[in-house]
Amino acid sequence: MSEKKEQKPSISRRRFLTYSIASTAGFLASGVLYPMVRFAIDPLLQKGSDTKFVDVGPADEFGPQPKSVEFHIQRKDGWYKKPGGEKATAWVMKTGSDILALSPICKHLGCTVKWEGGGHKDHYYCPCHGGLYTKDGTNVPGTPPNAPLDMYETKVENGRLMLGAVKPRGGA
Amino acid sequence: MLKSMYEWLDKRIDITPMWRDVADHEVPEHVNPAHHFSAFIYCFGGLTFFIVVIQILSGMFLTMYYVPDIENAWKSVHYLQNEIAFGQIVRGMHHWGASVSIVMLFLHTLRVFFTGSYKHPREFNWVIGMLLFFVMLGLGFTGYLLPWDNKAYFATKVGIEIAASVPIIGDAAASFLQGGEVVGAQTLARFFALHVFFLPGILLALLGAHFFLIRKQGISGPL
Ligand code: HEM
Ligand code: FES
Repeated sequence: MSEKKEQKPSISRRRFLTYSIASTAGFLASGVLYPMVRFAIDPLLQKGSDTKFVDVGPADEFGPQPKSVEFHIQRKDGWYKKPGGEKATAWVMKTGSDILALSPICKHLGCTVKWEGGGHKDHYYCPCHGGLYTKDGTNVPGTPPNAPLDMYETKVENGRLMLGAVKPRGGA
Repeated sequence: MLKSMYEWLDKRIDITPMWRDVADHEVPEHVNPAHHFSAFIYCFGGLTFFIVVIQILSGMFLTMYYVPDIENAWKSVHYLQNEIAFGQIVRGMHHWGASVSIVMLFLHTLRVFFTGSYKHPREFNWVIGMLLFFVMLGLGFTGYLLPWDNKAYFATKVGIEIAASVPIIGDAAASFLQGGEVVGAQTLARFFALHVFFLPGILLALLGAHFFLIRKQGISGPL
């Protein structure tokens, strides 16, 4: 005498259909969106290219006064490669045999600094918001930058100065 | 003639209720400058929209000559400004309109603030308004790079560094904006895409929501 009780389905037909339609729609939407989003954020996921050392001239050209050298980096910006390479600048000074090559990119917001620019004796000066750095690239407290200027990796080969990657030197 | 055309259409698709619903309302006395001149402050929202329409139209026409490529962008802007009839005017509309639209938006926000119109039940429209504000700033920022002159280049470098200084997501945001390892060919291409497709699209969607809510909730009462 087993009277079978009408078993109540754990999920109603209506609810089942709602879930099916919602997950189908979700699947279609993500199939459409995923390629486009991945396409747009590709630059976040690419690793940078490595930097080769570039010859910027005879090492004995430099002395205790910072001197700017211009050189060219062969770099591909997406599909674009600048004919003759991208122009870059370093401020180079030599004390004894130590060579210090500073990047001119201001550590505040990325403008270009100049040695004794704007009449600021014995300092690097940034025209954008008045940032100052001492001769060894240390930021002057009270001006906008909060880190010393980046340094290029340097090496001397057969009396020629070679500049490599730009290395940051930490903050404060 | 026009009337019979209208009637022909109206018989078939019943357009009278549509425009009545959108346009046929009395302007309350406290927002009508004909009653109280000081009510002109209620015009700033509409003026903002007017300038946005000018931006969209002049921008669409600029793209007939402008090319988003670092070799040619500056030259194309120089050409359209100096060689094309009314080039200076059309570029001028877009150039000055960009600033005027932000000014109008700001004045409109001040009006909403000082009349207390952001309060219940209109909180949500204040939030949409804030999103509109950021989208407009985004349009100004991305548009500024497009002429690819020195000022544009350095303003963008600075802007991207500011983005990079945001906690946690800063670096990702900066590389998303910059596109490549330098501010260059890829940056210009994506700023163009953001400036003429993505941000105007978002702007129009938000404006739609903004106006829908105003229509639904009505203008806020007098002080
Ligand atoms: C509220 C909306 C907009 C704002 C605030 C805005 C802002 C700007 C700004 C500040 C510039 C730089 C202009 C200059 O320095 O002379 C610019 C350039 C440009 N914009 Fe827009 N824009 C808006 C909408 C649009 C739309 C909808 C389009 C196209 C569909 C567009 C297309 C362009 C083009 C092609 C340029 C480069 C030409 C030039 O620099 O004169 N803009 N925009
Ligand atoms: S970018 Fe150099 S001081 Fe601001």
